[in-house]
Amino acid sequence: MGSLGLREIWRFAWRGISSNRMRSSLTILGVLIGVSSVIILTAVGNGSATAVRQQIEKLGTNSITVMGNGGGGGGGFSRTRSSTAKGLTIADTTALNNKDNAPHIKQAAPILNASVTCTYGNISATPGSAKGTWTSYFEASNSPVDKGGYWTNDDVTQKRGVAVIGTTLAKNLFDTDSPIDKIIRCGGQSVTVVGVMKSKGTTGFQDSDDVIIMPITFVQRAIAGYGNISQIQVESIDAKSTQLAMDEVTAIMNSQHKIKSTATADYRVLNQSDLLQSSTDTSKTLTVLLAAIAAISLLVGGIGITNIMLVSVTERTREIGILKAIGAPKAAILTQFLIEAMMLSLLGGISGVLLGLGISHFSILGVVPVVSLSSVLTAFIVSALVGLVFGGWPANRAASLRPIEALRYE
Amino acid sequence: MTTVVKVNNLSKTYGAGDTAVYALKKVNIEIEQGDFVAIMGASGSGKSTLMNILGCLDAPTEGNYWIRNLDVADLDEEQLAVVRSQLIGFVFQSFNLIPRTSALRNVELPMAYQGVSRAERRRRAAEALTAVGLADRMEHQPHELSGGQQQRVAIARALVTEPAMVLADEPTGALDTASTHEILELLHELNRKGTTVVVITHEEEVARAARRVIRLRDGEIIEDRTWAA
Ligand SMILES: Nc1ncnc2c1ncn2[C@@H]1O[C@H](COP(=O)(O)OP(=O)(O)OP(=O)(O)O)[C@@H](O)[C@H]1O
Ligand SMILES: [Mg+2]
Repeated sequence: MGSLGLREIWRFAWRGISSNRMRSSLTILGVLIGVSSVIILTAVGNGSATAVRQQIEKLGTNSITVMGNGGGGGGGFSRTRSSTAKGLTIADTTALNNKDNAPHIKQAAPILNASVTCTYGNISATPGSAKGTWTSYFEASNSPVDKGGYWTNDDVTQKRGVAVIGTTLAKNLFDTDSPIDKIIRCGGQSVTVVGVMKSKGTTGFQDSDDVIIMPITFVQRAIAGYGNISQIQVESIDAKSTQLAMDEVTAIMNSQHKIKSTATADYRVLNQSDLLQSSTDTSKTLTVLLAAIAAISLLVGGIGITNIMLVSVTERTREIGILKAIGAPKAAILTQFLIEAMMLSLLGGISGVLLGLGISHFSILGVVPVVSLSSVLTAFIVSALVGLVFGGWPANRAASLRPIEALRYE
Repeated sequence: MTTVVKVNNLSKTYGAGDTAVYALKKVNIEIEQGDFVAIMGASGSGKSTLMNILGCLDAPTEGNYWIRNLDVADLDEEQLAVVRSQLIGFVFQSFNLIPRTSALRNVELPMAYQGVSRAERRRRAAEALTAVGLADRMEHQPHELSGGQQQRVAIARALVTEPAMVLADEPTGALDTASTHEILELLHELNRKGTTVVVITHEEEVARAARRVIRLRDGEIIEDRTWAA
């Protein structure tokens, strides 16, 4: 930097900015629009994701799950059981279904997880989840059948090999053929498909549609044996009563398992885990969409900043030539232009953040925007970097020219 | 007498092949400290090309150029900036002041790159502007000044660092007779104080006032005449 102090260069940069108000304001405006649009767009997307999540939470909070501690008894042949825990039983389920003790519980269904491989002809598939349960499970877990029908209480009593399957398993086994009334083999047993459930989509890395649901009695007899069950699916009479229903579940389970304090409980009671997962799922989709929107607005903003920086610095090539002719070293010129670019980017970035935050206070197209810190930081940092790079690069190019070339620059 | 400038077989070619322009062809010049040299010649004869090389604004295609015994070809970018800053003051035909910047700031600027303190810079810039008769125009921006005034600011900027030589490329080319006289007078005064002055001109009057005249034609020196002091 030679003999020119950094403070001096700051002063030069400030003069460079303030001596051309029009050019500087346009540059700041470019950065401002880039930054604020990223913040607002992301906030609007975030806001609608939040709205969706709230709606889902409103929809179905009456679903309760009871799980055994330490993996809830595992499932199928690979059953794991803690030595002290009693595990969940059909008797627990029956107790929960006692209306006298549990007025707020609509119904409870046992679930026995197993792992089986199903084959149809020479096609074989292992569903992500194989459950044995009661008919009330379909309502309690909000799993309506789309094609065909449900198996019946009679099937449960008779321990019949019947199944309702998810769309993924249906596709894996039957492709486009109708699975209804087809006989498949599961764990060596013949099972008739009676219905296909409506698609629920993917939850995290688990495909909710890669499932087979059979009468618990059949699963016990033919596949998993008569041990503890894995879970109990409970439905409260309505969303308002869910907390009361959970209290009742706890009371009944404590008396069933002879537990004095919750600290020693060998089971867990969970609410809306399914729903929360599906909402996480929905917001994941939205997040991807948002990220795309943010990326595009960042790109557009970045191109705007690039343009104005390129133009305004290139415009000053001649000025850079004069500076070189009177003895300015390249480093001093470069530092001055970088500081100018940085100041403009910061001014634009800060006002963009303020404008973005300001506008996000109002509801936009019926959506209440929710500003995320990461979008603010990303927008700010990216625009500052873009400003710095595209302010610095042409300045470096001009400062690397021979003075006469810079002076002759048209 | 010491030699400030020594040029040996200097050539400058623009472009290549069929379209090549030989702007300077094996030029040899030596300029003593304190000389006043006028460079003359028809348009396109290579005067500006020579001057830009002497001012280290451009590089020759071939040949050598020593300034104060420094071979310019050996200097890197940073050292060239030091040479421009310490040894050379350049005055352009088109003034080349920094736009939207006051006359005072324009004159201060070259001293900033020499590390002169702010107060000292201000003082010397004001002094230089007073010397060129612009004491009452210091805060004016270039676009608020006449051509003659702008050129006087440019001369103040060139002389304020007390360079070894001042190079002026048609400093009066864009000015009327009255302004021309003022500018020439300033250059002569500078020269009387010991600064080497090289000036490009088309005017015989300017040439007559010089101690030495170099005439160029098609990139070659056709006359190099020195008058006794
Ligand atoms: N950047 C360039 N690219 C190509 N040719 C150039 C360039 N600069 C100058 N020339 C050519 O070099 C020759 C000498 O130009 P120069 O500017 O030195 O002339 P000059 O003597 O200063 O003329 P004038 O009196 O008109 O200013 C001319 O033929 C010109 O066309
Ligand atoms: Mg010329």
